[in-house]
Amino acid sequence: MSGLLVLIPIALMLGLGALAAFLWAVRSGQYEDLKGAAERILSDDPHDRPQ
Amino acid sequence: MVAADLELGHNDFAPDDASASDELLAYSVPAADGARTIEFVVPDVYCAACIVSIEAALEKLPQVTSARVNLSKRRVRVGFRPGIGSPIELAAAITASGYRNHPLDPAANSARDVALAELVRSLAVAGFAAANIMLFSVSVWSGADLPTRNLFHWVSALIALPAIVYAGRPFYRSAFAALRVGRTNMDVPITIGISLATGLSLFETITSGEHAYFDASTMLLFFLLIGRTLDHLMRERARGALGNLERLTPLGATQLRSDGTLGFIAADRIVPGMRLLIRPGDRLPVDCRIVDGTGEVDASLVTGESLPVSVAPGARLVAGIVNGAASLTVEALQPVAESFLARMATLMADAEGARTGYRRLVDRVAAIYAPVLHTTAAATFLGWGLITGNWHGALVNAVAVLIITCPCALALAVPMVQVVAAARLFRSGIMMRDGAALERAAKVDAVFFDKTGTLTLGQPSLTAQTFGDPGLAPFAAAIAAHSSHPLARALAASVGNLRPVAGDVREIPGAGVELRDGGTIWRLGNARFCGAPDETPDTAGSRVYLSSGGEVRAAFAFEDAARPDAADAIADLQQRNIDLEILSGDTPGAVAAIAHDLAIPNFKARQSPQDKLDTITAATTAGECVLMVGDGINDAPALRAAAVSVAPSDATDIGRTAADFIFTNGRLTSVPFLLDIARRAEHLVVENLSLAVIYNAVALPLAIMGFVTPLIAALAMSGSSVLVVLNAMRLNLGPQLRPANDTARTIS
Repeated sequence: MSGLLVLIPIALMLGLGALAAFLWAVRSGQYEDLKGAAERILSDDPHDRPQ
Repeated sequence: MVAADLELGHNDFAPDDASASDELLAYSVPAADGARTIEFVVPDVYCAACIVSIEAALEKLPQVTSARVNLSKRRVRVGFRPGIGSPIELAAAITASGYRNHPLDPAANSARDVALAELVRSLAVAGFAAANIMLFSVSVWSGADLPTRNLFHWVSALIALPAIVYAGRPFYRSAFAALRVGRTNMDVPITIGISLATGLSLFETITSGEHAYFDASTMLLFFLLIGRTLDHLMRERARGALGNLERLTPLGATQLRSDGTLGFIAADRIVPGMRLLIRPGDRLPVDCRIVDGTGEVDASLVTGESLPVSVAPGARLVAGIVNGAASLTVEALQPVAESFLARMATLMADAEGARTGYRRLVDRVAAIYAPVLHTTAAATFLGWGLITGNWHGALVNAVAVLIITCPCALALAVPMVQVVAAARLFRSGIMMRDGAALERAAKVDAVFFDKTGTLTLGQPSLTAQTFGDPGLAPFAAAIAAHSSHPLARALAASVGNLRPVAGDVREIPGAGVELRDGGTIWRLGNARFCGAPDETPDTAGSRVYLSSGGEVRAAFAFEDAARPDAADAIADLQQRNIDLEILSGDTPGAVAAIAHDLAIPNFKARQSPQDKLDTITAATTAGECVLMVGDGINDAPALRAAAVSVAPSDATDIGRTAADFIFTNGRLTSVPFLLDIARRAEHLVVENLSLAVIYNAVALPLAIMGFVTPLIAALAMSGSSVLVVLNAMRLNLGPQLRPANDTARTIS
């Protein structure tokens, strides 16, 4: 029982962390151009940084 | 012609053309610090090298602050400072790096989709809540002791309550909106089910009860949001692809000011009396009269006439007509708001006929289903309460009825099928705008076709040499290659290998081409130019003559040929016992010829937009479910009035706006293919609804008897949802539409 009191908050925090990361990714446009991201990795042009 | 316009693209702006530069500026939107942003559609980008070459070419320009290619949408967004250089250089830079491009209309393509963002956020929250609560629920079901169970119920409540309030908003809003106007839709039983299940679970948690349904309500939301989001994405993708089609109605025109200078003027600022310069290939923005210049114009999308019309000073032209090869100076007669296009828009607004009365299948089902469901739950509550006197137990059983019958599978049954159908159509080059159109398409029993540009390519092609030595044909074709007139291009294209002609070649606009070879003067052109006898009304504009020294040597006949697969499409439709009819604005002779070629018994010629609209309305009133295929401005009201409407992607803007389906593959067989998919989709929807009903028939008695625990509810709900989704996937089986032909543009 006492183990649960430690583990449950940890599990929930991890879950919330993942949720926050996903929401950030959507908001910052990480999913705007999935095809483009897959192709851009092939170009080693220095100007081609993600925006 | 429109198809030719599309191939050339709008990337041939000359860098010194001030009015074209102003027109491009009209496509850009202001950004921070006085900079502006413009988006170009680049239909041919597909690889990493394309991205690099376009971005590098743009970033070399001094005015560019940022350039970013979006490969998924096939667009490039450019930030630039208008003070430093002309925006025309942006288009020129992309063209120079080897890619076709045209500017994207910002008004029709707002960058951020607020509704989608809300759905995705809700989906993420519901997914998080459902997954975490399920972890606790599994422990409870596997037999946690009382204090642990209470703790887990409390933690679940803590996660579930904010998530349900937040993630359920799309459903609550829609349910309240329906209830306020005294109707029900699928969201009403969903909202009631979720609220009651959550309320009861909270009560159970507070009173240390055995069963809490937090997992069921969050999972329900999660599943429903998946369906909603997919549905939205499908529409979004169709909208994006439509936005990528070139805008054909000009944003403005080149004004000829009184001091002799030229400048760009936005279409809505044109007033009657203003003089405009119409360049070759331009589309008229307003109704006007020619002041100076003679030439030929293409009225095919306005009147349905397939062959170019000769015009001279004094002639009145309506908005939407495309100028031919000569420059024209015109005087505006009407402002945009009273021009032909605007009159068509008014006609369209009044023609909503077959659609406004249509209620979506899922809402019709909900209208029957929801009252039955709620009566059953109420009866369960009263029954258990009156018989056993245990009102708490009665409430638990009633809520179990609501949860087990909460129309999860039902709410997924229709959208899932439509999403799969839309994806299938999209891969075949057909864009679907709205799921409701697919439901209506399954019931179609009459198809009306426009002729020019729909059944036919909208381009003349050589049908026969009606007079003279056949050996002269290659020679005539070689002369014709010197002109860009549609008939000359068709003649030149009819011969495989053109041998160059010797001598001086000169084109006389509005007449033909003249070749001086030593002492002989060869002329290729219209009857008057070549000294041929006067034309009959039937042949006017569809003949080209070849003469030498004033004597006619050969004559060629042209016709707007049917699309290569038109006969296949018609035969396929006739096999399905669908009534076919042609509605055309063209001459009776031209329409009869096509009707005869394609074996369509019914046709009407010389139809005005109002006539077409009336025919469609009459057929709809007679009880037929009408599908209209058309591309022109004159078809737009009829397209809007028909239950289902289809347009090719090179249709006018107004035609595209009016259509439910747009095919980018250039194939008329898209129509039977689309009907096929619609019928199979309807079949699958009925199957899915039956599955949901069977599931209810089994689960409902158990719930009424009080045998349903949260574990059973969770299993039943996910099981039935997965079944419905898998069944919808079956729509992907079956033959594909053959790949698009070379001349058509595909957008993927």
